[in-house]
Amino acid sequence: MSSQPKIEIQDLRLSYGVREVIHGISFAIREHEIFGIIGPAQSGKTSLLRCINRTIEFNPAATVSGTVEVDGENVQKVKNVYELRRKIGMVAPLPVGLPLSIYDNVAFAPRCAGMKSRSDLDGLVEKCLRQAALWDEVKDRLDSLGTKLSGGQQQRLTIARALSHQPEILCLDEFSIAIDPVTTMRIEDVLKELRKEMTIILVTNLTQQARRLADRTMFLWNGDIIELDTNDVIFGEHPKDQRTADYVLGIFG
Amino acid sequence: MAQAHFTETPFVRKKQRAEVIAKCFFGGMAAAMVIPLLLIVGYIVVQGAPSLSWEFLTTNPRLGGIRGGIWSALVGTLYIVAISLCVSAPIGVLSAVYLNEYAKDNWFTRIVNLAVVNLAGVPSIVHGLFGLGAFVYAAGMGKSILSASLTLAIMTLPVIIASTKEALSAVPVSFREACWNVGASRWQTIRHIVLPNSISGILTGVILQVSRTAGETAPIMLTGVATFKMVQGTGLFLYNPVEDQCMALSMHLYYIATQANNAAPSLPYAIATVLLGVVLVVNATAIGVRAYLRSRKKW
Amino acid sequence: MQTSVTNQRSPAPGRAAATRMKQRRGRLAMLGERAIEALIHLCGYSAIIFVFGIFFFVFREGAPFLAKLKPGEFLFSIDWFPTSQTNAKYGVGALIVGTLSVTGLAMVIAVPFGLGAAVFVSEFCTGKTKETLKVVIELLAAIPSVVWGFIGLTVMAPIIIKTFHVPIGVNMFNGALLLALMSVPIMVSIGEDALKAVPDSFREAGIAMGATRWQLIWRVLLPAAKNGLLAAALLGVARAIGETMAVLMATGHSVRIPHSIFDPVRTLTATIAAELGETSKGSDHYQVLFLIGILLFSITFVVNLTADLIVKGIKQK
Repeated sequence: MSSQPKIEIQDLRLSYGVREVIHGISFAIREHEIFGIIGPAQSGKTSLLRCINRTIEFNPAATVSGTVEVDGENVQKVKNVYELRRKIGMVAPLPVGLPLSIYDNVAFAPRCAGMKSRSDLDGLVEKCLRQAALWDEVKDRLDSLGTKLSGGQQQRLTIARALSHQPEILCLDEFSIAIDPVTTMRIEDVLKELRKEMTIILVTNLTQQARRLADRTMFLWNGDIIELDTNDVIFGEHPKDQRTADYVLGIFG
Repeated sequence: MAQAHFTETPFVRKKQRAEVIAKCFFGGMAAAMVIPLLLIVGYIVVQGAPSLSWEFLTTNPRLGGIRGGIWSALVGTLYIVAISLCVSAPIGVLSAVYLNEYAKDNWFTRIVNLAVVNLAGVPSIVHGLFGLGAFVYAAGMGKSILSASLTLAIMTLPVIIASTKEALSAVPVSFREACWNVGASRWQTIRHIVLPNSISGILTGVILQVSRTAGETAPIMLTGVATFKMVQGTGLFLYNPVEDQCMALSMHLYYIATQANNAAPSLPYAIATVLLGVVLVVNATAIGVRAYLRSRKKW
Repeated sequence: MQTSVTNQRSPAPGRAAATRMKQRRGRLAMLGERAIEALIHLCGYSAIIFVFGIFFFVFREGAPFLAKLKPGEFLFSIDWFPTSQTNAKYGVGALIVGTLSVTGLAMVIAVPFGLGAAVFVSEFCTGKTKETLKVVIELLAAIPSVVWGFIGLTVMAPIIIKTFHVPIGVNMFNGALLLALMSVPIMVSIGEDALKAVPDSFREAGIAMGATRWQLIWRVLLPAAKNGLLAAALLGVARAIGETMAVLMATGHSVRIPHSIFDPVRTLTATIAAELGETSKGSDHYQVLFLIGILLFSITFVVNLTADLIVKGIKQK
């Protein structure tokens, strides 16, 4: 493991109106690790991700305090927020194929960033679709609508889109919620490959998924970190906190 | 046949009768509004038929409008519609984009929305007074096609705003979030995803605006429409929009129906038929476009 | 199964492409985006600007006369002799009564029929019939007001004379009938929305308790959709008050307090349309007509505001 943290979060608090959903959490994510975040619904996992790429700003009711640093740079102070978001790939729980062709879905982000050359785009689209394990299924119909793909394919399309802007960090927010187990396994294999190139944050409510993939896992509950440790500890015989053990064993949550 | 039947007691029968009566009652109310109108529209068309011909549409009116065709009125309406469309479509669409995509949920936005509602509610004749005070006098444009068109553009703005807003809000939020996540800016998201996918609603609004503009009379009567004016030549620029006043179909109908004596009895009916035809065809187009684009919905 | 992933990844773009990407979206594009967003904001505010503009410019033309005007006399006197050389009088009392009576009569006709039609469309029609009926109603809403006026003048007037044995066909009843027909479409569409907003569980509960359709509509749906229907009626009123061409052509031209529904009357809107052309800019008569415009603006403003608040109230629930 490299020593410099990729993302460092200090005393992050987030509230929607008067309701505080994240109560001052601090942790760091290392480069090239798969960082699992587990926890029941409503514990602030998605909101946390939105704080990292600052899409939380689109919710006018949200107020954030504390610092989130990516590569040692405070995201609140980043001038070019679009570049920050391009540094972070984000995959939402429900697959979202944009109402564009499959090709344009993947080429959307590079085009927004100003990439125009057709050959560059062609190469990039193919690479991303391959990385997302979708290329073989769609290579003959890149012109058909992304929204008409099946759920599992759309989710991989979403991943391809997230990869298309060459992110250094990939956040997956319960990506397997709407897709079948076989596709899930394929994507998990993809992730294992991708970790060589980037840091991956894997938010999941399947504890076994975190166990299979992650290096370290954080258990987030009601906006607090209950426990953060390597998988050996979290999923081992004796996690430090009883609640973690209970959650992992499925006694609650 | 061991099929069970509910026995029809007198009570049940009475209930069923009440049901039928209710349907007839409310259906009758709807019919009372719709059927006479269809009859009247039919009557107008039949009465106007003797005067209708291709020549009627394409020749200039003569003798103060009571002889000849309606060519210059047709052209005038076209001019007014086109100019006001060019003004109100961009403003209306962008205004709806602001309200749906940028505006925060605060008191100011509520006031803007209220303003749109009230703009739609201002009587057309008051719009005419406004056009007279603002464009004809204050801005020094005089009574001209431009003044009339601008007045109508402002008047029909709410039509475009309302239908565009509805179309924009029908685009799922998840699309926008997906775009923001990959580093697209707000405007890029709107430009590439939101607008292309709400085009059917926008188009409907624009077409409805056209129909509204074509039929409106009171505002343009005060701001730039003449009761009689011939156009010369056959080119594209038959009027000078900044200088000229023009005739308009709606105004022509008013004038012929109320002021002109000695006109052929079928003349006002024929003008009304043409005006109705224009408006209804435009509206039917809007409905058709909407249905077509809906059937090709992309998600 | 994973061959496609592991074996064939092209080594190319990588980080280099990312840096290239950053540079491509140049200053010019950013600036253009800034400009278009400023334009969007400006257009967004335009509705406010226009509403104030309308008030300002109409008021500006009429304002000088305010000094010479006694509000009481202006609003309540029924003496409207604007063209008199010696003793011009500007009392809009009769015009207000004209507007109110025509609008009132129109609503007496339109409200039951409009809301009845809304109930029919929403509760009795399904599928094709419903679509067709809605399209027809939409098309009716598109008929220009000058065509309505023409219908009143040439079709309705003779019928009214024949049916009711009255001397003049262009009168209050004629105008009210037209206004009623004109405001029905808006009432149907808003009223249908209001009825649609009533949860189906209400209907199911009603039917489960054995209510007939009749009882269901009368006891359950109408009370539940009350506010929306009220808003529908108010928007109809606003439309009727502001309507110009139809009443100009079909209500006759006498400025007086009507004694029966077959008396000709004159409304505020028709007065402006009929007389403004004959005035010279800046004359008393001209200014008074603009003040009438402000009066109309205020009336419709209040009515629309009320309707809007009612509709908003429903949405928030």
